[in-house]
Amino acid sequence: MAITQSIRLVLVMAFMALGTIAFCQDHDHHDHDGHDHGTLQSEDHSGHDHSSHGDNSHSACGGHHGDGDYDPKATAMHHISDANVYTILDAIRIPLPCLVYSKDGGWDFFMSSKLGPGHHDDGHYAYNGYVMHLGNLKRVVEEGFPMQGKVEVGGFSTEYISKEGKEIEQAKVCHNNKPYLLEAKTTLDGGLLGGGITNFYDFSITKNVLSMILVSILLFVILRRAAKSYTTRQGQAPKGIQSLLEPVIVYIRDEVAKPFIGDKKYLKYMPFLLSVFFFILGLNLWGQVPFLGSANVTGNLTVTMVVAIIVFLISNFNGNKHYWQHIFWMPGVPLFVKPLLAIIEIMSLFIKPLTLMLRLAGNITAGHIAILSFVGLIFIFGDSGRSMSGGVIGSILSVALTLFMMSIELIVAFIQAYVFTLLSASYIGAAIEEHEHH
Amino acid sequence: MIHFFLFAPFQPTPGLAIWSVIIFLLFWFIFGKLAFKPIIEALNTREDDIQNALDEAKRAKEEMSSLKSENEALLQKAREERTAMLNEAKETKNAIIAEARDKAKADANKIMADAKVEIENQKKAALAEVKGQVGAIAIDIAEKVLKKELKGNTEQTDLVNKLVAEINQN
Repeated sequence: MAITQSIRLVLVMAFMALGTIAFCQDHDHHDHDGHDHGTLQSEDHSGHDHSSHGDNSHSACGGHHGDGDYDPKATAMHHISDANVYTILDAIRIPLPCLVYSKDGGWDFFMSSKLGPGHHDDGHYAYNGYVMHLGNLKRVVEEGFPMQGKVEVGGFSTEYISKEGKEIEQAKVCHNNKPYLLEAKTTLDGGLLGGGITNFYDFSITKNVLSMILVSILLFVILRRAAKSYTTRQGQAPKGIQSLLEPVIVYIRDEVAKPFIGDKKYLKYMPFLLSVFFFILGLNLWGQVPFLGSANVTGNLTVTMVVAIIVFLISNFNGNKHYWQHIFWMPGVPLFVKPLLAIIEIMSLFIKPLTLMLRLAGNITAGHIAILSFVGLIFIFGDSGRSMSGGVIGSILSVALTLFMMSIELIVAFIQAYVFTLLSASYIGAAIEEHEHH
Repeated sequence: MIHFFLFAPFQPTPGLAIWSVIIFLLFWFIFGKLAFKPIIEALNTREDDIQNALDEAKRAKEEMSSLKSENEALLQKAREERTAMLNEAKETKNAIIAEARDKAKADANKIMADAKVEIENQKKAALAEVKGQVGAIAIDIAEKVLKKELKGNTEQTDLVNKLVAEINQN
């Protein structure tokens, strides 16, 4: 028994080491890959005071530079962001369909392979004014760029500049030795998180969308098989996948649905709660499988927001008279307290889904960042590939820490899926609860 | 304008939002219909079945035990009845014996009494006969005595009379 366990441990360690080394490969192309794409000189990701950078952007284009030093922040950001190409280990690039809309250009549909994504998921071509920078579609906003058809582009530069006290990302693309300003896709944060409404909308099947589809199909195959075995193996003890899933489903039913929603009404909400649980759990785990692109789907606020809003809608559309009475005109308290409580209750109405979506996205993104940071230790210790011994020490440290972190993240994947389901059930339960008092 | 930080994964993007809504709603609909509903129904049915089977077993057990206690009660009753019957028989026997004994005693007493009366009667008859015979004998003797001696001897005749009276008195 002990021997089997130690063999298993060694295998896990080896697997982790392999994963870490594979991650290293991702960022180890500095020397030989530089000629692939010209990079703008202003490759500065750090500070806020960049007033001088605006001037030298013209002279920057065409200069051949290496990728420079390893930037943990930019790397982590690149890996946890959504992308228009599904890249595995910077080697396998699965092109994804792009569906974009811009006011001046109308609808465009093309595969992301048309943009020729290469190292760091930077594209080599522009199509109808769209380019790929760090895996994401961007569109040229400056005059003079050929906005029709496919053209070759040089390289990219990313600046983080301070504008009216905000830090904004400013990317540029090189074409015919001339830099052109790029804009990212439209986001709905109103500039709070560095986004905003730009000159195009991206409705593509992105990495996250593809992950959702794949996980859904995978889960469907598993769950459908389990569901079928209840009819084919009727009257027999559960077996295989059936007995793997059964405790989970029974747990959600007995520990989440029944206590929070009640014995009478829980059945109606069981499919929803189980959908929430398996959808989130599946995507949490999908993002943690090494060599599968580490898609950060449930760490993306958009995805968690959608699920949280659906929970919000379900609970409030099913809310009974007592629920709304407790929100707007709390019974059993002095009159002057009632309006105050109403304000607090209405606030909590919206804070509930807000915390729901932030908790899940924050936890999962934090896990991804932690793992990427630990992997990044290799490059920090190795001085971006210049120090062999540092790289070795960093690798050893990194494997241990990454192994630890991935174990934690495995637990987090289950806990967060469970917590999301539990809180959804409690919000729905609070809305439909029958009150006998007052 | 407040600005927190530049953080791409937390920027809500309309494209991803639309796809997420579509995929999640489809997930909910398809999985609910084809996976979760049948599983939950099967689980609930099975649990009900198990509960029913357990209840059934419990009831059967209770029935068995009640049957057993009923049997025991019947047996007890039968035993009591037997004892009662035995006692009754014993009493009847004793009564019959006592009655018989009493009757026998009474019969014996009657026979004895009858016998006594008979004996008394016989005795009386015998005594009377003896008295008669003794009187006759005495008269004979007296006759003979008188024949010989009673010649004007009145005293002797008185004496004889006296004697005869005495005998009669006895």
